[in-house]
Amino acid sequence: MAAEKFTTIIIGAGPAGSTAAYLLAKAGLDVLLIERGESPGSKNMFGGRMYSFALNRIIPNFWEEAPLERPVVRETVTMIAGDKSISLTFQEDNWATPPYHSFTLLRAEFDAWLASKAEEAGAMLACNIRVDDVLLENGRVVGVRAGDDELLADVVIAADGANSLITEKAGLRPRLSPRQVATGVKQVIELPAETISQRFQLTGNNGAAHLFVGSCTRGIQGGGFLYTNKNSVSLGLVINAAELQRYPYQISELLEDFKAQPFIAPLIEGGRVAEYSAHLVPEAGLHMMPRLVGNGILVVGDAAGFVLNLGYLVRGMDLAIGSGEAAAQAVMEAKARHDFSQRGLSVYQDILKKSFVWRDLDFYHQVPHFLENQRLYRLYPQLATGIAAEMFTVSDAPPVHLLGKIMAQIKKYQISLTQLASDAWKGGRVL
Amino acid sequence: MKRLSTEQLLSINKFSVDDEAKHIILDRQICGRCESKPCRFACPAGLYSIKDGEISFDPVGCLECGTCRVVCSHPGAITWQYPRGGFGVIYRYG
Ligand SMILES: Cc1cc2nc3c(=O)[nH]c(=O)nc-3n(C[C@H](O)[C@H](O)[C@H](O)COP(=O)(O)OP(=O)(O)OC[C@H]3O[C@@H](n4cnc5c(N)ncnc54)[C@H](O)[C@@H]3O)c2cc1C
Ligand code: SF4
Ligand code: SF4
Repeated sequence: MAAEKFTTIIIGAGPAGSTAAYLLAKAGLDVLLIERGESPGSKNMFGGRMYSFALNRIIPNFWEEAPLERPVVRETVTMIAGDKSISLTFQEDNWATPPYHSFTLLRAEFDAWLASKAEEAGAMLACNIRVDDVLLENGRVVGVRAGDDELLADVVIAADGANSLITEKAGLRPRLSPRQVATGVKQVIELPAETISQRFQLTGNNGAAHLFVGSCTRGIQGGGFLYTNKNSVSLGLVINAAELQRYPYQISELLEDFKAQPFIAPLIEGGRVAEYSAHLVPEAGLHMMPRLVGNGILVVGDAAGFVLNLGYLVRGMDLAIGSGEAAAQAVMEAKARHDFSQRGLSVYQDILKKSFVWRDLDFYHQVPHFLENQRLYRLYPQLATGIAAEMFTVSDAPPVHLLGKIMAQIKKYQISLTQLASDAWKGGRVL
Repeated sequence: MKRLSTEQLLSINKFSVDDEAKHIILDRQICGRCESKPCRFACPAGLYSIKDGEISFDPVGCLECGTCRVVCSHPGAITWQYPRGGFGVIYRYG
């Protein structure tokens, strides 16, 4: 049965899809936003924090109404080697005042809210529907199929996330390869708000973000994260899928190991696990990009691989929102010119290339390759904590100058100085 | 905190189980030829195991992450779909 025809059908009510739906509906176009979950967000998880600037352009002062957890004022990066760890902490209390730099949040609530904004603006939201495929007519996407239903549209937007079956089915990219993605797992651990503030030395409702690298993943490519929410912490690990393919480690067990580590255990003591979740994260950035524009179809957000992992920070939500915005603008232009062909829609790429999404992904395009360097996950955490241990340990042994201590550690781990210098140089250049 | 098994962790989650349709189906023959069987370790829900020398899979408890699909290097071994609309895991926090 084919009846109604929409200007745009958007597959997936994550931040990318809901942003596009919101902007298109606001401009008066008829939009259908389809979500397979019982409500938007019920299938989604992430580490924990969204940088504010992208959404603030779309919905100014969104923090006055959006369900958010805590504004982040403290950033910490920790290297772990066994029972030793070394951290770098940065605090900026201004980040707890408008325009709040970033917020921790929980997706079930947040995504539902963003989709409701699209609905308020006039988009039609259909939950509990899994899109099975795109409909093709003479090689052109003309709608979607969901079970026995066929729905028609001038243009379809694939906003179906990292494991995007739609871009594969539409022939826009081959199957994902393990190197290109990571698996993230997380536990939401409930604790009273005051306990969280005390343990993390936070004033009021301020929040903290914490990333870890080293033996939390047993030295394989990946890392750990901890974000403070109002009444819970989000604690998890992200590990490259090629590593999971190669090593017989169960990521759920690694997360339990991580929870038991001496610098994590006291932070979550007495907490109650409220949820365990898992999701893929795109890791290869522009190197895994599908064709962004097909005949009658556009790709946005994680489905396009738009995630930036710099090791010390992770961005995906803002890029999803930014690409959703670019897609909405492209559809409006295509509509104005009555041209939804591949050529008409290719303006999406032009708009995207002028946006922060492309600018930032391109600027850091060498980072994914740099982060494949195994030394970052085992050797360098060992080296850094080894040097720190020498610095801070006092005993009856004769003292040694700092340089001597450093050289001793470098020798101990058999690191070549040229290797170290080259890695440091590369890191400094690509990051 | 007490250590939790993967089963215990999954039991905390909310699921709407689909009794009629399986969203992930394995081809026993192809799996039989797979030596390393990385799905056994890579699945964050631990749903792949070996029984009587063969791979055994139970879709209940699936977190719908797609990891098994990505790490399986034998084309055709896994037929992978998301669960039917409304079924499967229901994240209350995410
Ligand atoms: C472990 C982890 C940690 C992360 N940490 C951060 C972080 O701290 N900060 C940050 O900014 N980003 C982070 N990210 C990345 C961020 O979550 C993503 O970039 C973002 O969610 C992408 O949004 P999206 O709308 O493109 O896709 P998604 O949020 O994945 O939304 C896709 C939607 O499509 C729906 N869908 C899929 N297929 C279908 C179908 N066939 N039919 C109907 N509906 C469908 C899904 O149910 C879902 O609602 C993290 C990701 C992970 C996994
Ligand atoms: S599902 Fe794939 S990885 Fe697992 S046993 Fe079968 S062929 Fe091997
Ligand atoms: S999709 Fe994820 S949770 Fe489900 S079976 Fe595959 S690996 Fe396991």
